[in-house]
Formats: sequence, C-alpha cells, structure tokens
Amino acid sequence: MSPKTLYDKIWDAHVAHEAEDGTSLLYIDRHLVHEVTSAQAFEGLRMAGRKVRAPEKTIAVPDHNVPTTPDRVDGIKNEEGRIQVAALDTNAKEFGIHYYPMNDIRQGIVHIVGPEQGWTLPGMTVVCGDSHTATHGAFGALAHGIGTSEVEHVLATQTLIQQKSKNMKVEITGKLKPGVTAKDITLAVIGETGTAGGTGYVIEYCGEAIRDLSMEGRMTVCNMAIEGGARAGLIAPDETTFEYVKGRPHAPKGAQWEAAMDWWKTLYTDEGAEFDLVVTLKGEDIQPVVTWGTSPEDVLPITATVPSPEDFTGGKVDAVKRALDYMGLTSGQKLTDIEIDTVFIGSCTNGRIEDLRAVADVVKGKKIKDGMRAMIVPGSGLVRAQAEEEGLGDIFVEAGFEWRLAGCSMCLAMNPDQLSENERCASTSNRNFEGRQGYKGRTHLVSPAMAAAAALTGKLTDVRELV
Amino acid sequence: MEKFEKLQGIAAPMPLVNIDTDMIIPKVHLKSIKRTGFGKNLFDEMRFNRDGTEIADFVLNKPQYRDADILVAGDNFGCGSSREHAPWAIADFGIKCVVSTSFADIFFNNCFKNGILPIVLPQEQVDILMADAEKGANARMTVDLEAQEITTSDGDVIKFDVDAFKKHCLLEGLDDIGLTMEKAASIDTFEEKAAQSRPWV
Repeated sequence: MSPKTLYDKIWDAHVAHEAEDGTSLLYIDRHLVHEVTSAQAFEGLRMAGRKVRAPEKTIAVPDHNVPTTPDRVDGIKNEEGRIQVAALDTNAKEFGIHYYPMNDIRQGIVHIVGPEQGWTLPGMTVVCGDSHTATHGAFGALAHGIGTSEVEHVLATQTLIQQKSKNMKVEITGKLKPGVTAKDITLAVIGETGTAGGTGYVIEYCGEAIRDLSMEGRMTVCNMAIEGGARAGLIAPDETTFEYVKGRPHAPKGAQWEAAMDWWKTLYTDEGAEFDLVVTLKGEDIQPVVTWGTSPEDVLPITATVPSPEDFTGGKVDAVKRALDYMGLTSGQKLTDIEIDTVFIGSCTNGRIEDLRAVADVVKGKKIKDGMRAMIVPGSGLVRAQAEEEGLGDIFVEAGFEWRLAGCSMCLAMNPDQLSENERCASTSNRNFEGRQGYKGRTHLVSPAMAAAAALTGKLTDVRELV
Repeated sequence: MEKFEKLQGIAAPMPLVNIDTDMIIPKVHLKSIKRTGFGKNLFDEMRFNRDGTEIADFVLNKPQYRDADILVAGDNFGCGSSREHAPWAIADFGIKCVVSTSFADIFFNNCFKNGILPIVLPQEQVDILMADAEKGANARMTVDLEAQEITTSDGDVIKFDVDAFKKHCLLEGLDDIGLTMEKAASIDTFEEKAAQSRPWV
C-alpha cells in the first residue's frame, strides 16, 4: 500500500460515496453550530420537512452576539442579536441537538467549547458554519468552515459534497526562542506563504517546535490555517493530545478509550508520503511579530519598521497604500513607536487558559498604562472559572484590565464590544481586516504576551524587553 | 436554486487584492435570520458614508456600473469568514459571476450554492477582462457556462475551467441536499460500518 499523509488517512476513513470524477460524500462526525450562520439552515429544513439526521453528533452554542458583561443574565439588549440567539435556543430544542445556552457555565466560543467538552477527537471530521473551525485540526481532526447552505446539507444528510484538497506540509524545525509563541509561529507562516498561499490545500504542521507546543498552542496554530487560505490545518495526535482528551465529558471511556487509542496511534503521515508543497521555517528564526496592515499576511517582527508600497509588486502595491492610509501609519516608522488605545485579549485564537497565564506572567504586580482600555475575555465560562481558581482574575483586575465573561467579543464586533473610528488596538484575535473590530477601527494582531506588553507601555512593545 | 443561464452584462472592475468577506458584507448586517435583502448592504463600508450617502468614486456607485452583472476582481477574492451572507449580498445586488486569479475556498463553494459562477483565470487573462471592464457600460461581456467561455466586448474568447459536478448543478439549478438524499443508502451503509469500527464517535 502506498504511503499516506495524515490527511489522506482521515479522508479515506470518511468517504461514504465517491463518484467517478472524484466528487465525494464525506461523512461528518461532529457538527458544531452557532447562532449567526445557522438560522437560515434550520429554516430550510423546516420548509422542506426535513429532520436533523444525527442530532447526537450536532452541538450548538451561542457566541458571536453574546455580551461579555455581567448584565447579560438579563438578556441581550440589541434586538436583532437577541432574536438570533433566541432562534438558536428554539432550533436546538425543536431539532433535539446538544446545546449550551448563553448563561450556562460551559458556554463559550464554539471552537473552545468543542475541545473542552471532548466533542473534538483525533481522526474525526468536524465542521461548523465558521471559518475558524480549522482550530480543531490541532487534534488531528479534519476540521473546516462551511457556509450556511452546507450547514443545512450536513444537518440533513450528515455529509458534505467535497473534492479532495492537495497536501501541504509546514514544518517548524528546532526550538522557539523565549518570548516567541504559537501565535508568532502561525502569523510568521502566513507572512511567508501569503493569505492565498494555502488555497486548495490542507496543511499538516509538523516539526520539533510544533511537537513542543501544548494543545492550546496547537489550537492557536491551526486556528489561523484559514487565514493562510488553507481548507484546514492538521497536527498529528500524540501523547500531548491523548493527555488533553482523556477524561473530558464526551471523550470515550474504558474499553472504547482503548479501541480509540489503537486507531489514533495510527494517525500520522507515513514515511515517504508525498506532499504537493512543503514550507519549512526554522523555529529559532521566528521573532515576536505584529501585523501592520489590513491583511493577516502583513506581518513583521516587532523590531522592524512600517514598510513602503514600493517594497511590494503587482496588486499588492495599491493594497498597501490603502492599508497604510487606513491604519494611519507612515512608511519607515518603527513598529515599537506605534501608540495603542486599546488591548483585546481573547477569541478562538487566544482565549484559552494558557493564553491567560501568559498574560498574567507579563502583567502580574504591574499596572496598565493610564487611559488604556484593556479587556480580557475568556474563551469559555470554564476557562474563566479556571483562571479565577488560579488567581489570574485577581491579577488582571489589579493590573487594571476589564475581566469579562465568555464570548467572541471584540474579535468581530457583532456585540457591544467594538472599536470606534481610528481607535487603535493590539489584539490577540485573528483578522485585521478593515472594520473587523468596529467601523474604521485599527487592528494589530499579536500574541497574548505581546498584547499584555502593549497594555503596560501604551505602545506596540517587544515583550522580550519586559521579562 | 435559479438556473445559471448564459449571462450577458456589464462587468465592474475591482482590482484591489484580498477583498475580504468583511468588506463584502460587514458583520453589522449579519444579524438577520433571512437569506434575502442583503444587496443593499453589499460592500457597505466602501460604498456608503456613515450618514448613508454614497461614496461617489466607489465603482458600483458610478453610473456606468450601477447595474453590474459581473465583477472582475483582484487576487484572493472572498477571503475571511464563512458567512454565506457574502454571496447572498452579491446575488441580491444582481451580480451572477465573479472573475479573479483566486478565491478563498469557503466563499468559492458558497457561490455555487447561490447561483453565482466564480471563475478562476490566470493573471494575463484577468488583466484583459479588467481592461475590458474599465471601458464601462457599453462594453458588455458574455459568460457562457455551457461552453465554458467568456467573450469580451471586443469579441476575444477566453476559455475557463469549472468542476463538472458544480457546472451541472448550476446549469440545472439543482438542490444539493436532494441529490445527496438519493444516496441515502450509501450513508446508511457507511454509518453501520463506522458504528463497528469507531463506536466512540
């Protein structure tokens, strides 16, 4: 038998039907659902008189619209947002799917809740009407975002019509230097490949620097595979993965755990398997990075200066002119001279316990800069509870941060947490698009440690100088 | 879904690269629980000032492109989120075809579910179509899905590739779910086998 990649193995284990031209029905093991992209899909089922084929494999949680302030127990004030969440409440009940309502302690960002509850397991296919479904690839699960029509298709048939992607390997060799994190890896990779570099591929991340990451760090890396254009990102499961999964509420137990482990241990790329594209970065070359523009590919080490449009070619020249104007930056300006109004720490990219610990390490016993608006939004109610238990909540509050309840918050500003015009934010989220965090808001993507450093100094800051 | 008939119409040029889904339809417009009515918010922040007045130099506000049927766009069109509101807004505005050197994967798939044909072409050919679109409303392009050909206003013919299954569904206006349900027996068989081999799922 010819050697296979990890992606080949998971794909082959899920093809329910294949047509002559390769168009396949891929069976879906887990379907995660949130309120923004699902209402029209459930309505479609209703109109056609269809049921959810596998409600036991379908898990819903509201996250995008959910306010992160304590007054949310009284309900969502924005009428449209309230209706959208209410529609999910109703649909979950009517179609009999698993549900974590807004005020359940297990509620949170769908991509944090899935792994936390043990819904996401190695070797699975996982989809959600959300591009950051790529997160779950950290478990060696084939996980990707789908549109609402496909959400309806999965609800009705538990399958997706798919063409297989090509295989891409991203290897990060060696060790990371101090102050460099999973977020810097994933941004550095996009800086290298561009936001369309992964189009048509599923990426497998590998190498010593990836192996050394915790599950939280691996989720950060895979989360942004979509920002590099890839359909999905994958990391082969290992002891770190099994350790994380074991004992979670929906993880297999007893004899089923043993059977699962037997299969999970075969989930790696075989010696000699072919990749269509290989990108290699040396771990020790990766620096703490920030974005300066309005695309996640606009990445530079924090020690660099703002580039000039002339540094680029083709359509990117005009895009850079537009980005510098939008961001209010001047070519040649040192990145560390850029003053910040706001710091946002959270999102499905960096809203897990390890991210909060990294922030606490930087800010413990210190105060954020006067006048700075700084918020920390845990990825789930359980992340918040754990942070409280570890004393992190107190550290944040004493340093001057707002310590919020779980939700997507300012990552996409579909809720009350938004930037105002020209407000400049160091953000641990995943997209620096125009208007992403609020109309005319200016976003610099960074790691949690770098965001914490910016909160203390009021400028984009090299965290290595603070610790 | 509406069938994709042969399309003859005005093409609007949008050469900017990395036009993302937040540009196509900002998140403030994602709160609807309907599939329709998003066209008025297409490219909202590029197209309108905060007071609702039009930004005159945005391409779709120019008189010659207000009724555009086709977009010719820069690289990596539709990158970003999975929101199907993006193709819903494009279709609702009246655009049925987008041409670029590359599309983001999820957006590309979403287009086909909504009667929109996304066409990928090499840079040189996109350049030809971009130049043709720059000529304005008198320069009408023709997109023939059956023949897989675009004809410029000068009569130049550019061939394009499209996945055979997706082409068939667009031409016939087929509902994917109905097609898949015809294969229910295969899904049943798969589920029975998976219940044996991976009972923990």
